[in-house]
Amino acid sequence: MNEIEQRVEGFNFAYLDEQTKRMIRRALLKAIAIPGYQVPFSSREMPLPYGWGTGGIQITAAIIGKKDTLKVIDQGADDTVNAVNIRSFFSRTTGVITTEKTSQANIIQTRHRIPEQALHEDQIMVFQVPVPEPLQDIEPLKAQTTKMHALADYGLMYVKLYEDITQFGKITFSYDYPVMVNGRYLAAPSPIPKFDNPKLHQSPALMLFGAGREKRIYAIPPYTDVQSLSFEDYPFEVQQWDHPCAICGSRESFLDELITDNDGTRMFVCADSDYCQTQADAS
Amino acid sequence: MKPISQPLLKVSHLSKSYGQHVAVHKVEFDLGYGEVIAIVGESGSGKTTLLKSIACLTTPDSGEVIYQSEQFGDMDVFRLSSMQQRLLNRTEWGFVHQHARDGLRMNVSAGANIGERLMSLGQRHYGKIREQARYWLDMVEIDPKRMDDLPSTFSGGMQQRLQIARNLVTQPRLVMLDEPTSGLDVSVQAKLLDLFKKLAQQLGLSVLIVTHDLAVARLLADQMIVMQDGKIVERGLTDQVLDDPQHPYTQLLVSSIIAA
Repeated sequence: MNEIEQRVEGFNFAYLDEQTKRMIRRALLKAIAIPGYQVPFSSREMPLPYGWGTGGIQITAAIIGKKDTLKVIDQGADDTVNAVNIRSFFSRTTGVITTEKTSQANIIQTRHRIPEQALHEDQIMVFQVPVPEPLQDIEPLKAQTTKMHALADYGLMYVKLYEDITQFGKITFSYDYPVMVNGRYLAAPSPIPKFDNPKLHQSPALMLFGAGREKRIYAIPPYTDVQSLSFEDYPFEVQQWDHPCAICGSRESFLDELITDNDGTRMFVCADSDYCQTQADAS
Repeated sequence: MKPISQPLLKVSHLSKSYGQHVAVHKVEFDLGYGEVIAIVGESGSGKTTLLKSIACLTTPDSGEVIYQSEQFGDMDVFRLSSMQQRLLNRTEWGFVHQHARDGLRMNVSAGANIGERLMSLGQRHYGKIREQARYWLDMVEIDPKRMDDLPSTFSGGMQQRLQIARNLVTQPRLVMLDEPTSGLDVSVQAKLLDLFKKLAQQLGLSVLIVTHDLAVARLLADQMIVMQDGKIVERGLTDQVLDDPQHPYTQLLVSSIIAA
């Protein structure tokens, strides 16, 4: 567990003012009531650029309380730039306890990954979402995509999958693989790898998604059906590796490929640093 | 029991204005089962607005369209929810646009263009969708080897045929065509019309075709509606209207083709 940093003076608890937090909580409640539906909210300027997690930070700021324990991960790791800075931001503006242990956290803000360790009912995942609209690539007009969501008219997404199979012989989404939430709304699961898609289905934890630049919030409540799109003859599949993790030996986790020297030597290690550490300690 | 004479499509009192300009004024007509009606008139006479209003692509100011659906019975088309209108437009109806790029997705392959309606209706088997795409490409005389090519690599005539295939894949009962042959050269026009006529007969389609080309009307249509300034000025069997036009405007139209 990290040491609690000194709380900075002159800022409201968790940086945002209380009115803004109320506004975000209202959007969150609506998002939870309509699983997968993108709720607009008046996203604020944050002290870091768009694309660095402004949406996720605003959600975390709106829901965090003094007794919460926060974990922040970036690409699964607790010690990368984005994760370290966001953790320090909340530590300094709230004074809450932060942790790197998935099991000890009750709010986990993430970019790219869902932890390998199974989540439980007392946990909330907060995702930093770059592109909340799954249909954006195929239908650039917002008015049209809104209408398609309203009418549950998602044939076009399958046209995209069809084209993928036709051109490449398989569905080529490897991250941000589109999902149907509760059989009704098509949603983009932020940039998580498709490896993590099955973890969204019937998860006991609440999943909140915030897109700061696009000013949208959406949610997957606990125990909600989440299906990855596929064709009957081209079912959904997750990534697989020929190697175990070079550090902990896990064959179940999502692996990053690292190049370790100038001769192109490669090594495969767990993306989830906490999981890797736990596994390595156990063996 | 419904009387057999009940039409497939019954249009009544249809009006549409653009600001001060009246585009379509109180138009009424019936379309029977398997019937082909051509709507002719000069540009600006309201034919395309009329067609687009019927197809729910634009909202008319007043009027009613009753369609005899195979699955749902009588439908008051303008009172349907937009979800039902979309469904109708994708299943029992087809619409062929004047410009192929309005009716096709130019950035996805021909096969995906044909399969789009099927996927929208919930077909989720890639192999079966391709099978149908291949069949319909063949039906409109496009080499199935071109299935994975983009429509932008097709000639104008092929694009129009692809548009027809894309509409026919759900076996619609009513197909509306908006000047499908303008912009094509004369030999391609003739080929397209021949093909469409053959398909319409084979599939028992009811057809509404908008054109300013009387030759197209003569070749395809059983009945003709002549429009001027948003109103129907003459209607009747195609041969009758062309051989013995009553209204001065129709006489002018007919004499103009003979002169040419």
